[in-house]
Amino acid sequence: MESFLGRYRNLTILVGVLFLQVLGLAVQVKRSGDAENTRLIRVWAVRAITPFERALVWGQNGTSDLWHNYFFLRGVRAENRRLNKEIEEMRLQEVRMKEDAAQAQRLQSLLAFKEQFIVKPLAAQVIGSSGSDLSRSVYIDKGSDEGVAQDMAVITAGGIVGKVLHAYPSTSLVLMINDQSSGVGAMLEKSRLQGVVRGTPNGELVMERVMSDEQVSPGETVLSSGGDQIFPKGLPLGTVSKVSPGREMFLNIHVKPAADLSRIEEVLVVTEKQERAPVAESGGRVRAADILAQRLPSVPEKPAVVAGPSAPAANVPGGAAEPGSTAGVKPPPNAAVKPLTGTATSVDVLKKVVQKPAPGNPGTNNASSSSSESSAALSSTAKASSNPATKPAAETVPKASPEPAASASRPAAPPKSSNSPSNPKPAATEDSPH
Amino acid sequence: MPITYTSGEQIEVYRFSIPVTVGVPLLALLLQGFLPIRFPLFAYLDLPLLVTIFFAMARRNPVSGLFTGAAIGLVQDMLGHHPIGLYGIAKTVVGYGASSLGAKLDVENAGARFLVTMGFYLIHAAVYFTVARGMVNLTLDWSWPRGILAGLANAIVGVALYFVLDKFKQRT
Repeated sequence: MESFLGRYRNLTILVGVLFLQVLGLAVQVKRSGDAENTRLIRVWAVRAITPFERALVWGQNGTSDLWHNYFFLRGVRAENRRLNKEIEEMRLQEVRMKEDAAQAQRLQSLLAFKEQFIVKPLAAQVIGSSGSDLSRSVYIDKGSDEGVAQDMAVITAGGIVGKVLHAYPSTSLVLMINDQSSGVGAMLEKSRLQGVVRGTPNGELVMERVMSDEQVSPGETVLSSGGDQIFPKGLPLGTVSKVSPGREMFLNIHVKPAADLSRIEEVLVVTEKQERAPVAESGGRVRAADILAQRLPSVPEKPAVVAGPSAPAANVPGGAAEPGSTAGVKPPPNAAVKPLTGTATSVDVLKKVVQKPAPGNPGTNNASSSSSESSAALSSTAKASSNPATKPAAETVPKASPEPAASASRPAAPPKSSNSPSNPKPAATEDSPH
Repeated sequence: MPITYTSGEQIEVYRFSIPVTVGVPLLALLLQGFLPIRFPLFAYLDLPLLVTIFFAMARRNPVSGLFTGAAIGLVQDMLGHHPIGLYGIAKTVVGYGASSLGAKLDVENAGARFLVTMGFYLIHAAVYFTVARGMVNLTLDWSWPRGILAGLANAIVGVALYFVLDKFKQRT
């Protein structure tokens, strides 16, 4: 035996070292709490390496700043003029978008929408990476001391970057969305189709779980769906670059990342997000019809006659309460109007609001005609919806019965629910009261 | 660029000073973590692997080679997010193989170094993927075009790097 070990000494040592490492791997796999079991070892390694990486980044940034801010200033004046012009244009855009945002918020608050708001982002700098194309992750210079924790979303102004995998005291490891082991709940902006965006061996993004009979076109924007409970809904993930048939009746949708994942220098860590209903910023009570009236000249500013309890405000759930009007009583949340799925445009939301009859007010009134006018006018300006089921409903006036109204205000995502031939009730919502 | 078979007496065994033995692998690990964030194509290179191959071939001692590979690989594992041991196992095998090969063949010329580096890159990837998929059940996919290109890139950079590191060799 001794002679055997002596003869094959090198091979024996090799087998021994490999065996020990395999054993260590097996322990990690069995416990599956890899992060906890090996945390101390990783902390040591990270603490040993990251200070040098910080110094390298600091040195490189310092040199770059010195060069760009003090020496290489060619074309700065021209760029300054161009930027000033852009600022002026963007200020004009901002005014218009503020109006739209305020309107959307008011309408969402009427429907008791719940949204995830990014309350507290934390700026961080990328100081290193795992250094392998088999493991796409980066280190940032903020850790648990600054409030970073596991599974926090990491984003840039461009879009989603990844999530915090391990938070060390002064640094954190961020798993990027193009890593093969990552997955992000995603949806297509126009069609609202949902799927999962994963990384490929080449560092590209692929959206999976979209059926092959769906229509997906290159150039369409892919957003986070919020279903993974990590990334807030509606953040840009990328744009569809190529669509091809995949395995098992699913499409293979290649996505070009919105954020430049190969050159990330600064990121934002979403350290705090909150789910709350948006609050309308404007002071007084504003009805949806009033908002419309301000925008559309064809619609009268206010209904001329408010006939008894069936005030026009009744068409706006919970929002347009005239004092003393029973129609303005806010209905219980989700009683008749289901929350809309997806980030519907304000126009889409408004269509559904206008269709909603007053609770306990089955009759129609004069105001409903103004609503129908506004709805019709609105539909002419509205963007073409990807879901054909919502179109006819948008151009009609609500029927008195709350049941069809509820069906009309269903989420736009499943088309069969609103225009299925087997279900006669939704058709009733398209009847004109006149 | 022939790989010549030489007798044991003809092969020179080198050693390195302690600062070089410790510093070069650490510098390789540091650069491997830093450079890809500024130069994305750098992620296709595996500097720790090149350093492992170089030290193993120069020392021509299988035990020394496998321990060098294991140490470098384990530290590289600690800096990533995969279970610790994947790179360790792969680089242990490469360290052992490269030093065994160095003990038998003359791998001092550029052509031999190119072929050896390319071959060990693919062996390294094969071991890594086998362990990752077979034992840890990671969802990693192998891409042949990417693997071949990365192997070529590593071989080219490796040949240049070895000539730089040759300066630190000390004759025994």
